[in-house]
Amino acid sequence: MAEKGVKVFGMWASPMVIRVEWALRLKGVEYEYVDEDLANKSADLLRYNPVTKKVPVLVHDGKPIAESTIIVEYIDEAWKGGYPIMPADPYERARARFWARFAEEKCNAALYPIFTTTGEAQRKAVHEAQQCLKTLETALEGKKFFGGDAVGYLDIVVGWYAHWLPVVEEVIGASIVTDEELPLMKAWFDRFLAVDVVKAALPDRDRLVAANKARREQLLSA
Amino acid sequence: MAGGDELKLLGFWGSPFVLRARLALSFKGLSYEYVEEDLKNKSELLLQSNPVHKKVPVLIHNGKPVCETQVIVQYLDEVYGANGRPSLLPVDPYDRAMARFWAAYIDDKLLSSLMMMSMGKTEEEKAEGRKQSSGAVETLEGALKECSKGKPFFGGDSVGYVDVVLGGFVAWVRIIDRMTGLKIFDSSKTPILAAWLERFGSLDAAKAVMPDVQRLVELSKMRQV
Repeated sequence: MAEKGVKVFGMWASPMVIRVEWALRLKGVEYEYVDEDLANKSADLLRYNPVTKKVPVLVHDGKPIAESTIIVEYIDEAWKGGYPIMPADPYERARARFWARFAEEKCNAALYPIFTTTGEAQRKAVHEAQQCLKTLETALEGKKFFGGDAVGYLDIVVGWYAHWLPVVEEVIGASIVTDEELPLMKAWFDRFLAVDVVKAALPDRDRLVAANKARREQLLSA
Repeated sequence: MAGGDELKLLGFWGSPFVLRARLALSFKGLSYEYVEEDLKNKSELLLQSNPVHKKVPVLIHNGKPVCETQVIVQYLDEVYGANGRPSLLPVDPYDRAMARFWAAYIDDKLLSSLMMMSMGKTEEEKAEGRKQSSGAVETLEGALKECSKGKPFFGGDSVGYVDVVLGGFVAWVRIIDRMTGLKIFDSSKTPILAAWLERFGSLDAAKAVMPDVQRLVELSKMRQV
């Protein structure tokens, strides 16, 4: 008897996992969420994603898919009639994919050192990250969301910044996304977090702050 | 396509990423103007078309730039997907996701380990690169078996997205072999990939754009000096 339905293997604090949840919720797709302990991965996770063993993994009618951005495109294609996630125009799709890769490869890499440094090194790291985010911000010019009038693929890919960066700012005691440095991004944070499906999937902020505080202490004392 | 459809590709003959874009254009039977860039003296057009990364390849379609190799290949496949032109990505959403997954794996694991192996600063780093690339190649062997289902290519009967993405490294794999004797796709360890390498490399559409291996060896030696 073939397995039916949609399952998401995730971890409550993972920004990559939340992308998948936002995409499914935009499409109105019901799913079962399986929370993983990454220090003790389930047999199911390892069976469904033997190659990278990471979350998120989407299992649709028994067939597994890994890599969050790939999963999001799959969700858009598999539930074609629903909410349009990817832009309709091929050139706009290329731009959305371009910026998604830029955010993943450059911005995320620039953000991480902020978390693992202090003092002058941290100030430098914050500045680098802001430059990266400023470049990304150009994709917002003249629009409510990266996707235009409504949330789209790029919003889903970088949307985690809206919830996670303020948490990082609280943990490190410094500002990254400010009205002065990144006005468009800051405004987009507020608009994005006000979207119903976005709000519905966010991890508890206090829990996230506590987990990140603990992680930072661990990294700094290493 | 309607008249006045202009494709231009800014590239560098020694780049495996540019090669991927050229393979895609070649397998889809598309005409384009190729512009060879001097990477030490980048053209205004390149700097304007890709201000964020300033890298090749850049596809310019009717004056509008598309950057990042995998983005370019997908764009070409989507824009030139009709009128009997071969499709690189499959139709089924699940198969498309699998193709994208393996393409990402090739860049995330195979490329990074090959780079560590050839350009590592210490012997330990190079050895680690060799170990990781060996693991990545074994995984890819399994992927090819699964995706091809006994047919010649990742795309099945004909060349597909993953074939083009991996195809960008065909010349590089050959120069590593020529310079170090190390066979990345060893027929005794990964027979399916070794056969794929020969088969892919012998296709007319691949041969038409493949850089000369000896020239690449010279380039590689120059860079190590």
